[in-house]
Amino acid sequence: MSQVNRLDAGRMSSEHIDRSSTLSFTHDGRTLPAYPGDTVASALLANGVDVIGHSFKYARPRGVMAAGCEEPNAILQMGATPETQTPNVRATQQPVFDGLVCESVGRGRSFIERQQKALTGLIGKWGGRFMPVGFYYKTFMAPQSAWLTYEKFIRAAAGLGRAPTVPDADTYDHMNRYCDVLVVGAGPAGLAAALAARRAGARVIVCDEQEQMGGCLLDSRERPDDRPAGEWLKTTLAELEAMDDVLLLPRTTANGYHDHNFVTLHERRTDHLGDRAPAGMTRQRMHRVRAQRVVLATGVHERPLVFANNDLPGHLLAGAVSCYIRRYGVVPGQRLVLVTTNSHAYRTALDWLDAGREVAAIVDARAEPAGTLVDEARSRGIRIIAGAAVIECRGDDRVSGALVAGIDIENFRVTGETETIACDTLASSGGYSPVVHLSAHTGSKPVWNDRIQGFVPGETKQQLHCAGGAHGIYPLVDVLADGAMAGGDAAVAAGFERVSPTLPGLARVEESPQAALYHVPHTLATMRAPKQFVDLQNDVTAAGIELAIREGFESIEHVKRYTAMGFGTDQGKIGNINGMAIAARVLGQTIPETGTTVFRPNYTPVSFGAVAGRYCGALFDPERYTAMHRWHVEQGALFENVGQWKRPWYYPGWKGARGANGEETLQEAVNRECLAVRNGVGILDASTLGKIDIQGPDAREFIGRVYTNGWEKLPVGKGRYGLMCGEDGMVMDDGVTTCLGEHHFLMTTTTGNAAQVLDWLELWHQTEWPELEVFFTSVTDHWATMTLTGPKSRELLEQLTDIDLSRDAFAFMAYREGTVAGIPARVYRISFTGELSFEINVQANYAMHVWEALFAHGEAFELTPYGTETMHVLRAEKGFIIVGQDTDATMTPEDLGMTWAIGYRKPFDWVGKRGMARVDLQRDDRKQLVGLKPLDGSEVVLPEGAQIVFDPEQQIPMTMVGHVTSSYYSATLGHGFALAVVRGGHRRKGEHVYLPQPDGSTLSAEIVSSMFYDPKGERQHV
Amino acid sequence: MFYIRCPYTNEYHSEEEFKPCGQAQIRRADSPVSTSDEQWGDYLFFRDNIRGVHHEMWLHLPTRRYFNVTRHTVTNEILETWRMGEEPRYQSDGRGGVIDTRADNDSEEVA
Repeated sequence: MSQVNRLDAGRMSSEHIDRSSTLSFTHDGRTLPAYPGDTVASALLANGVDVIGHSFKYARPRGVMAAGCEEPNAILQMGATPETQTPNVRATQQPVFDGLVCESVGRGRSFIERQQKALTGLIGKWGGRFMPVGFYYKTFMAPQSAWLTYEKFIRAAAGLGRAPTVPDADTYDHMNRYCDVLVVGAGPAGLAAALAARRAGARVIVCDEQEQMGGCLLDSRERPDDRPAGEWLKTTLAELEAMDDVLLLPRTTANGYHDHNFVTLHERRTDHLGDRAPAGMTRQRMHRVRAQRVVLATGVHERPLVFANNDLPGHLLAGAVSCYIRRYGVVPGQRLVLVTTNSHAYRTALDWLDAGREVAAIVDARAEPAGTLVDEARSRGIRIIAGAAVIECRGDDRVSGALVAGIDIENFRVTGETETIACDTLASSGGYSPVVHLSAHTGSKPVWNDRIQGFVPGETKQQLHCAGGAHGIYPLVDVLADGAMAGGDAAVAAGFERVSPTLPGLARVEESPQAALYHVPHTLATMRAPKQFVDLQNDVTAAGIELAIREGFESIEHVKRYTAMGFGTDQGKIGNINGMAIAARVLGQTIPETGTTVFRPNYTPVSFGAVAGRYCGALFDPERYTAMHRWHVEQGALFENVGQWKRPWYYPGWKGARGANGEETLQEAVNRECLAVRNGVGILDASTLGKIDIQGPDAREFIGRVYTNGWEKLPVGKGRYGLMCGEDGMVMDDGVTTCLGEHHFLMTTTTGNAAQVLDWLELWHQTEWPELEVFFTSVTDHWATMTLTGPKSRELLEQLTDIDLSRDAFAFMAYREGTVAGIPARVYRISFTGELSFEINVQANYAMHVWEALFAHGEAFELTPYGTETMHVLRAEKGFIIVGQDTDATMTPEDLGMTWAIGYRKPFDWVGKRGMARVDLQRDDRKQLVGLKPLDGSEVVLPEGAQIVFDPEQQIPMTMVGHVTSSYYSATLGHGFALAVVRGGHRRKGEHVYLPQPDGSTLSAEIVSSMFYDPKGERQHV
Repeated sequence: MFYIRCPYTNEYHSEEEFKPCGQAQIRRADSPVSTSDEQWGDYLFFRDNIRGVHHEMWLHLPTRRYFNVTRHTVTNEILETWRMGEEPRYQSDGRGGVIDTRADNDSEEVA
């Protein structure tokens, strides 16, 4: 018994499946046959699968309801392997491929009941499956502390689908595109618009979310140019395909309409081909389109009617039934009852008859239905019950009958006798909602239109045009004309000349006005009647919405959040208007008075892969390497990230160095590297330091304005340490700037701040002092920097350079040019370690040669490479700060005890001077930088970030007076030491402070000078 | 995502190439040291929070040029971009509307 609901071949000439071969796929462990062209939903219906899952709150059986992206029930977990898991795929949008594996995310009644039992255990009995609206808020919010206990059970019970547990096996990418006219939706309106725009000369992109372009033409009964709609469609698509500068993107959803006509298109390139993308293909692509004009031809979503037990499998949207019959040759039952508020839906009954099945009745809410299709139904002998509706659906796991009664819409009540009509399928149509989502993304408020009983796009600031159903134009003949008009308008707005369109000949299908019915009255009050579902995915009922309003939630946004209406993966595409209509009725308002909720991107779910594109793994962020990177790797360095730079952190086991227990630990390596610098010579790759070349007659004046200290007297060939503050007086960067010539300086910045400092200099130059003649160029990558430091550094460098390195010829803070290892070099005598130091800068392409030459000659001196960790220890021993580690945005130079770097008497009001003078920054109990010496033993290293208190006996909450900013063990000193900020610390030298620890213990320390090593600075001057 | 015309190169580029830098035309006092704490505090910390026409400064990162943008904060419509030192054509009318200072009649409003 396979494909019981599939029509015989040839019965439906409009079908789009390929019967020449058969595929097989697996759903919930069952292997089923299908045809190429099927969706999972059409194949499940063809195979007679009624129950596709169970709802997550009430565990009620659910089946396929729709045929498009609005489907609330048939939601799949896709993927045959852990690497290809995709949650929450709509079965109505997933084409079948051979070997497809999927399961329903509604995990079956037993799973849900087990979860609910677990909850019952937590909160006591709460009456079977009775969960009123606001259940979670009412039940779990008090006492607040218990939430943490509840949460994990609720999370397990709720939700749809499973997130993948392993990295995705496929790749995804992005593509930037530009066009004159982007057409969203390739139904009749979109195709007419695309043709008109292209014929006018515009470059056009057309996207459509379905497998095949054509929209309603794929299942239409109408005959443009007296041919089947599908044939007109084929001709039109062929014409578009043959045109240059037309890009047709099927399987592509416009998921977001962003500012300035930027639209993101989510293309599923291979999801229809297999579990994994074929080799060399990205699975999905995000097209980032900047369009001059956008035509929204997004069509409509049909609304179901809200009546009792309307969630039973076998109740489908009328349009979906027509779609399955005409597109897929699948008729999902034997005997149909159609309930409708409009004439258009009559086509479903006619299609059902054409499929050779029985129509029990058409139940029409209108007293006097009329129109072309109504006449045809009458003439074919279908029983039409006017002025009535299906008020309740009968059946257990499938529709078995419809309870029909006359209704009074105005007074929301049932009139007269009820009648039960036996049927196995119920199709309903409560009218059509234009797809206004994309227009609403632009901030446009939808406007209610009484004629079509729906919201249409409102005013927008974006350059967009609407066409066809998307703005309430429904008859096909009008839709085609409107699409051509919109496409022409868009082309004209983009600067082209309109070409008058050729439209197919088409007779008008006459229709009488529709009834404004959403929620069908029942003989019982809503609260007592069987459940009437509004949002099937979230199990929101009409009674729930009524209850929410009675409890005081009157704004539709509040109703939405309290009931969770529209919160599912379908975002309320089917239910929201019905929910608003119920809210409006209870509140005694009109629907436009009640208003809509806000639509935001994305229109349908987008996989994270498509969002990330190629920006993942190694390509997530660029990595920057210095010229010596290869050497560091070869020498076994471990790296740390500093901004985008990879810097050597330390070199464990360098040249066979061993730790006490074999492998060298971080601390052991750092101890070794520190002692090498203090006693011999070490070398650091400092290339990542930001370097800004500053030139111009006003360079010196400019530098004096952005640094706190004085620069007027700095002679050519000398460098100086500079502190840079914001206008608020807070330290933002520091570094040494050297005078290379009277009009030429080289500024260095901290590694992580280089780009911001350059922006900062440009900001002041371009906005405040454009009269200064000065130019800034980043030269960070041009120069490689090697810091040779330690008492033996002079002796080593002498072997390789023609520069006179003697103390008198090349004093501390001086700068010389010459050659090092035969390469032109700039050498600076500056020190970040407190030792005799030479900073060698060479053109980066020659740096490896110089570096290796230094090591060749350095063997005799046991030259040792050191990394950033050792650099940190060495500088901290000297009390040198790292901006961003020892400072945050609340530290002034005075707080750091660096008044020697403040030019209080400089003539110009330099940046930060006024800020520093604010009263609050002059308080003497501000947090100030000090040294801390631990008192609990020489091995103790205070944790960085530890909070400091003066009184360890104080009751919690204790008064926190500062924190540790840098803390290390010093092999040179033989004990741990720290830099810290402490309230009023500068005048508290010698006092003890306390550091309460998370484990309840308390460490203690003495406040000392921040200069732990060589406080007079004699070693760097030798 | 914004599409912004750089007034120096006269080219449109996507927002990803730019950095927003807050309100435009924040003027530094000629003599900061002679300002009161209140005046200095205003300069440092206080900015307009406009619903409507907003003048703001942006930085084009690849060319490192600062320039100004007149943007409607509700619709994100960019009415103009202008160079440093120039004056904007469009001003806020204080009620969410726009005044075109180059229209014949100074008080005439555009959309």
